[in-house]
Amino acid sequence: PGRDAPAQSRSNRTFSMLEYVLACLCRSRPHELVGVVGLEIHAQIQSNTKLFSGSKVGFSAPPNSLVSFFDASLPGTLPVLNRRCVEAAVMTALALNCTINKKSFFDRKHYFYADLPAGYQITQQRRAVAVDGQLAYSLLGGRKRNQIQSRTVRIKQIQLEQDSGKSLHDDQRSQTLIDLNRAGVGLMELVMEPDMSCGEQAAAAVRELQLVLQALGTCQGNMSEGQLRVDANVSVHRPGEELGVRTEVKNINSARFLSRAIDYEIQRQIEALGRGEAVLNETRTYDSKSGFMPEPNLPPLVVYEDRGSVPAGLLGAEGVVVLEGLREGLPELPSVKRARLVRSYGLLPEHSFTLVNEDGLMEYFEAVVKETRKEPRKLIGWVTNELLGHLKHHNLSVSKCPVSPSALAELLELQEAGHISSTVAKQVASLSPSVCDSVSLSVSVRALQEGNKKVLNRLMGLVQKETKGRADPVLVRSLLEEKTS
Amino acid sequence: MLGIHQIYGRRRVQLNIILPLLCRYYYASRTDNMLSTNVKTLRKTRNTPSRPVTVARLYSSNKHNSKVPKVPTWEPLGEDRIPSLPQVSSDLVDKLERLALVDFRTKEGLVCLERAIRFADHLNMVDTTGVEPMDSVLEHGQLFLRGDTVTEGDCAEKLLPLSNTTVEEYFVAPPETFHFQGGRTESVHVKHSEF
Repeated sequence: PGRDAPAQSRSNRTFSMLEYVLACLCRSRPHELVGVVGLEIHAQIQSNTKLFSGSKVGFSAPPNSLVSFFDASLPGTLPVLNRRCVEAAVMTALALNCTINKKSFFDRKHYFYADLPAGYQITQQRRAVAVDGQLAYSLLGGRKRNQIQSRTVRIKQIQLEQDSGKSLHDDQRSQTLIDLNRAGVGLMELVMEPDMSCGEQAAAAVRELQLVLQALGTCQGNMSEGQLRVDANVSVHRPGEELGVRTEVKNINSARFLSRAIDYEIQRQIEALGRGEAVLNETRTYDSKSGFMPEPNLPPLVVYEDRGSVPAGLLGAEGVVVLEGLREGLPELPSVKRARLVRSYGLLPEHSFTLVNEDGLMEYFEAVVKETRKEPRKLIGWVTNELLGHLKHHNLSVSKCPVSPSALAELLELQEAGHISSTVAKQVASLSPSVCDSVSLSVSVRALQEGNKKVLNRLMGLVQKETKGRADPVLVRSLLEEKTS
Repeated sequence: MLGIHQIYGRRRVQLNIILPLLCRYYYASRTDNMLSTNVKTLRKTRNTPSRPVTVARLYSSNKHNSKVPKVPTWEPLGEDRIPSLPQVSSDLVDKLERLALVDFRTKEGLVCLERAIRFADHLNMVDTTGVEPMDSVLEHGQLFLRGDTVTEGDCAEKLLPLSNTTVEEYFVAPPETFHFQGGRTESVHVKHSEF
């Protein structure tokens, strides 16, 4: 069961070569095999309770402590749908321009697995709550990675379904330990059409989806905690010809690994076909349409367009979902945020892309802008190149940045006024330990200036030694100062 | 009956048409048996009433209005009108065994399967043109939506004793249940320490 993950053992150099080759293939070369990637994404709904029961949704709780009788599928229990989960699915669908099915149905998908106590999963196979949407995403391309490429991927449908429990395999004692805390948690399954052709596009689409879900508050989108699970369906074909045999890449817990795993699989299939071998579909040995039946305990889910279309008896009851209210209440989506940044601060699209892409960077930037009279366009390079670059180098998130926005603003004001050179400013921004330990910025700036003076004096000494005291000290000093500022 | 659906596709029929049909078939066979048995033996059976039972609701002013017709309103189906049974192939038996997790490859098992299919074949004779399949008796009802507050859970001490084996608050499943199922491939393995 399951694909192994060999991609992690490859060296970085091999991968950048691979990515370059595949990037070339992504552009149209009609006789070459290109990859076709479709994603199935399971997003755990951010709610207090589970989809069909009133037990708590939580992470890292003692095993089987967040389990109700229904979750354990004890006889005599029935599902009761959580209104928050319906709203979350509908809001996500509205943000992705989907058509909402005013009436959708629940089904049972039967299969035997120990972490599925009922023997079936309640899902929406016949008629999902939303269909036909699209997700617009961007890639930073070009040689300097500063050109925005905009793409879209179609969303086939968004459906509500139950999550299963967790199983831990204890091979030594030949047993499997089951924890049902996650059993019954609400999931939104987003099925995307195969509109992508390589790992980079898939990773960018997933990143954009994460930002959308986080902005909406419908899913926290943390891949490493399993809140966002991505399965990729990968095949290769020649453009214009019919699609090849699909294989699935599953169990991906980071966007970067997603990109590599997909590219590895595309390459593997291309090589196999090149050797004359067929691509084997290992995971699907059953017709995936089998094992479905309508859920007899749940009537159709009805969502109303506006308060006017709600039947009289139900108005005022809290058990009603109305689209009008949800549409109006949608928060600012990432794409709107980026456009706003470009407009208000006169930034380039690639700058706003980076600001929104990094958690907390936009807020940091806006705080710096507030504290200084400098033009935002002149500040952006410091934030997106210098500061972010150093944060990444030290493996820090923006929230853990030791230089506060006001400190950075002060630093840049000093640099603008010519009190310090840009080298010194860059050194401060490089977050070296001496800076991080300083109590105040002016202290650290002075320390660096003094430090640099010491270096300058040492260099002077060396030059005089080399020239055996024959160099003009004033000239040497001015030359050295020029070089080190 | 999931296996039967696999063969014949899904035919869902309004229950109020099919139930009497099946009841008729069933009761027809039972009546034959009753006639051939000694009446005395019948009386000795505890659960069989010796005279017709009348249902009465003591404090109701309405007479009990049974929906079961007093006279048959349907026609019995001759065996020859049912289309002939296609051969049950070995591959099909394989697939059914895997789905049902039941071994029935014996001669009796296969005979039983054929008779079960024949029994279900009566469904094919019902005319369903213009009839929408029914999902459940609730399908015209309103789906009630619950508020998102925690009202249950935190009862591990009640749930864990229901299982034969538990290990440190986990339920235990034997590894044989982990053949390929449903395409799920998460595998988290327990690391053993010295403790």
